[in-house]
This record gives sequence, C-alpha cells and structure tokens, in this order.
Amino acid sequence: MEIVALQVLNSLFYAAVLFLIAAGLSLIFGVMGIINMAHGSFYALGAYITAWAVIKASGTLPPGTLYGFLLLGALAVAVIGMAIEPTLIRPFYKRPEEYQLLVTFGLLLVMDDVIRIVWGGTPLTASALVDRLGLVSIGGLPYPVYNIVMIGVGAVAALALWAFVYRTRFGVLLRATAQDRRMAAALGIDIGRIYLLAFGIGCLMAGLGGAIVVPTQAAVLGMGVEVLVISFVVVVIGGLGSLEGALVGALVVSALRTITIQFAEEFELAALYLIAAIVLLIRPTGLFGKKA
Amino acid sequence: MSARPAPWSGRRGAIIAAAVVLLFLVPLFASTYQTQLLTYGLTFAIAALGFNLLLGYTGLLSFGHSAYFGAGAYAVALILRYFGVSSMELFLLGGIVFSSALAALFGVVCVRHTKIFFGILTLALSQVLWTLAYKFFWITGGTDGLRVPFAKLTLLGGLIRFDGADALVKFIHSYYYYVLVLFLACVAAMWLIVHSPFGKTLQAIRDNETRARFLGVRIWRYRWLAFVVSGIFTGLAGILWVPLNGLTTPEILYWPQSGKIVFFAVLGGFRNFLGPVVGAIIYNYLEVYAIASTEYWQIFLGVILILLVTFLPAGIVGSSIRVYEWLRRRKGAPA
Repeated sequence: MEIVALQVLNSLFYAAVLFLIAAGLSLIFGVMGIINMAHGSFYALGAYITAWAVIKASGTLPPGTLYGFLLLGALAVAVIGMAIEPTLIRPFYKRPEEYQLLVTFGLLLVMDDVIRIVWGGTPLTASALVDRLGLVSIGGLPYPVYNIVMIGVGAVAALALWAFVYRTRFGVLLRATAQDRRMAAALGIDIGRIYLLAFGIGCLMAGLGGAIVVPTQAAVLGMGVEVLVISFVVVVIGGLGSLEGALVGALVVSALRTITIQFAEEFELAALYLIAAIVLLIRPTGLFGKKA
Repeated sequence: MSARPAPWSGRRGAIIAAAVVLLFLVPLFASTYQTQLLTYGLTFAIAALGFNLLLGYTGLLSFGHSAYFGAGAYAVALILRYFGVSSMELFLLGGIVFSSALAALFGVVCVRHTKIFFGILTLALSQVLWTLAYKFFWITGGTDGLRVPFAKLTLLGGLIRFDGADALVKFIHSYYYYVLVLFLACVAAMWLIVHSPFGKTLQAIRDNETRARFLGVRIWRYRWLAFVVSGIFTGLAGILWVPLNGLTTPEILYWPQSGKIVFFAVLGGFRNFLGPVVGAIIYNYLEVYAIASTEYWQIFLGVILILLVTFLPAGIVGSSIRVYEWLRRRKGAPA
C-alpha cells in the first residue's frame, strides 16, 4: 500500500514536468501553428544550465539561495528562445509545413551538439537541492520532500499559465492571434510581439521542466529527444494546442509510464505509443482538440 | 493518358547514359576503399528514393524511416542468426517481407494523418522499434548489435562465395556490382511508379487533397500504398547495407538515422526525381570526409540543413538545374 502511495507521488512529479514541456509545445503550436522539433532541446538546455549553475555556485553562495537557480535556468532558456524565434523561425511562418519541421529539426541537431560542446559527455547533477530538503516518511517509507514541493510548483505553474491565457489582456490578444492571425493583425495587434512572447513562454516552461528535473536525475545527452517524443504522446492524447489537454495528457502518460515501469519495463514506450495510436484512431484531434 | 516523357531521349538521356557507364567502370579505376564508399552511397540512395516517394510525390514528411531501414538490416541479421541462411537472395526475400509487413502495419496508423501528425506518428513508431531492439537484448544483441560477416555471404544462389586470400577485395568488387544493378533497377522502378497513373494520383493528392477526394480517389488507400512501397525501398536499402557494414546496432533504428534520410532528400532537392539520390551519395562523402574529422557532426549537419531550407529549398540538383537554365536563357537572349 505504501508503495502505491510512493508511485502515485512519483507519477505526479513526472506529470508536473511533462505538463510544463507539453504545455509549452502546445502553446507554441496553438498560437503560431508550428511544431517545434527542438522543444525537447530547450528542456535539456534548462537542465544543463541549472545543474551547471548549481555546481558552480555551491560552496560560494548560501545553500538556500541555490533554489533561485531553478527559476534563473528557466529564464535563461526563455531568453535564448526569444533570440532564436525572430532570427531563425520567423522567415518560415508563410512557408509550407515541411520546411517549418525541417528548420526546427536542424535547430534540434545544432542545439544537441552545442550542449555536447559546452558541457561534454559527462552527466551533470544538482542533487544538493534534493538532499537539503531531506526526506519525509510516507507510511514508513522515506520520500524526498523536494519531489513533493515540485509537484506543488507544477500545479502553481499550470494555474498561472491558465490565468495568464484566460484572465489577462495579453491572453486575449494571444488567443485572438491564435484564432485568426490576419484579423488580429488588421485590428492592430502586433503579431511579431505576440509570437515572440508566446515562443518565449513556451521555452520558459520547457526550461523550467528541465530545471525541476535535474536535481532528481542527471542531465544527460539525448534527454531532449527522449522527452520530445514523450511530450508528443502527451499532446496527441490531450489534443494539440489545448492546455487542458496537455494537463490531462501529462497525467495519463505519467500514470501509464509508472505502471509499465513497475510491471513490464521493456514495453514502456511501446505501451505509450499504443495508447497514442488508439486515441488518434478514435479521436484524431485528441481528447480536447478542436475539430479540424 | 498522354505519352510518358522518355527518360532516355535528348541531352538528359546522354548525361544519364554516361553516368551509368561511369558507375559500371568505377571498380576498374577506383581503389577498393573508394569502391566500398560508393557502395554505401548507393544503398543510401535507394533509401532516399523510397523516402522521397512520400515527401516529394505524396507530400508526407516521415521522421521515422529508420524503422524500415533497420527492419531490413535486422531481418538479415536475425535470419542469419536463427536460420543459418547465407544466401543473399534469401536475405532479400526475408528482409523485404519483413519491412513491407512493418510498413503495412505502421502505414495503417500513419496515413490517416498528414503534416505534423504524420511526422510525429512516424517518429514515435520508429522510436518504439528502437527501444524494443535495445531492450530485448537476448534476441537482438542489445547495444552490441548483431554481426553479419561478409565471409558468410553467398551471392546469386551460391555462385559467388568469399573465402581464401583477398576475400575482402573480392567481396567489395562483386558486391559493388550486385548493389549497382539493384540500385539501377530501383531507379527504373521508381521512375515508372512516379510516372504511372498511380504516381500521378499521389501527386494530385499532394497538391490538393480535397479535389482528389471529389474525383473519387480513395486517399487513404493511395497514401497507404505509397507508404508501403516507400518502406520496401528503404528496407531494401537496409538489407543491402548490413553485409557491407558487417554489423547492425540499435543506432540504425534511432531517430538520427531517420534524420539522415530526410537530409539526403533535402540536400539533393526533393522536388527533383534524382535529387535525393544525388543527395544521398554526396551526404555519404560528406559524412566520411568532413564529418568524420570532427566529433561534432550534428552541428555541422544542422547548420547545413538550416541554410538549405532557408536559402536553397530546391537542393543541390534543383538549384543546379535553375542556374543551368538561367545561363542558357542568357546566352540565347538577343544582345
């Protein structure tokens, strides 16, 4: 029974991370209509930057302040994303979708290697952040407090994003642009600015996902593509472009993953894709997707 | 139906004939190593041909063609390991059956979707295959892979064997011609496919799905057939590649392998029939000479890919034709 409680917590922690990544992917698609193949690389970048900063600063800064690097790492990723969008991706909005996929795929190749060049092949960890918060007893079994706190952070991020999109003036502009780009432009909305900020928010969330993960598991090469492929499953199940879908998809995928890892580890990815394929066959636009 | 444009007429025919003759002469003047390199290039070119039936002619961008390439390669390795077969013709048969069955299965799911969803699904399914090859190590050898030594191979139903002194040189030379003949057959077959009513229907679907549907074309069925044909070509490439490489590992099922196949097409130009073929052969040399000298080949490829899609979307072949036509028009124009 205690094992079940721990697995539920594990699953929720993973769902929080997946939601951050998938919601960013979905937001960028919903507003700009492009699928960012390099989205997982922004997540990896967040993990690497955060781990690197924590390792560099530990010993010189008071340990409590190291948690600030979770946010700083995410912000750094957002800044990098906002530099990439206008230079690399903007020329492709009016071109066929194949080219958009190809250019972001090129970006994925470049970013993967930039990470390898900067940080080399050795995994980086920031486990000090987990150790400092210590363990809590769940029915007699120890569980890291860090994970529980981060489930909360994930929930807060989800709420904040929802409030931002549905309860602010900028959110209205964002949704207007997503619905009809030309009409929005005709009404005087600065489309370029909206796109830049949407891309920045998407990258911020991916980076935050990476920052949250890196104290619990090391940042390794190839983590970007791994998470890209899983977050595709999340958005396919939930519906591409829908935030509620990303949340439900993240919960479903992480629960499924926890169950398969427990019982039939070989089939972990296969089970995920089977579910995604079934959802696509029954509801091609996903559980929360709008009809095409 | 209007007359097919004959591929062998005019100046283009002369260039193609010269290229074919040259390809047959390569082992006479090139070193064994160079011949081997070109054999690799030709196998990749077959994969590129198959891939481009989907991207260039059906308008579907697959990020999962490593699945079919790997299926062909693993089929050969598994047949060798579990049945002790050594005939290349039986490998071809088994590998094609396996990769076409896989493409038929994956195709059912993938062709219901287009654009992004098609790309996601193909990538996802190939990643599933990769994890299976990786995790079922007692069958597939895991990360060590499976060996397919050329010494165990016989060509043309046992007529050509490789043993004794100079076995490697003998293998490279005979295998080059073996691959070359199959490559030319693939080019001819693909030419016929894309110029057949079937190929024209695919292009109609690519250009305007709604209109094609109004004309009574059964879209999914055509896309599925194209998907299977594409998978067979790519599977054949994997089958031919594995004895050359001597080893198959999960690497060839992993997404960067799919990325390479996409790269072949974009490098050569996917709007041109021979673009992907040229792209694959050039890529092979790029990988060996430019990329092998650096550990960071991905960044190199990524930058080239971004530059190509931004500035040269017609690829090397498409852009060369444009430059050639522009020069000819300038020369022909009155002063």
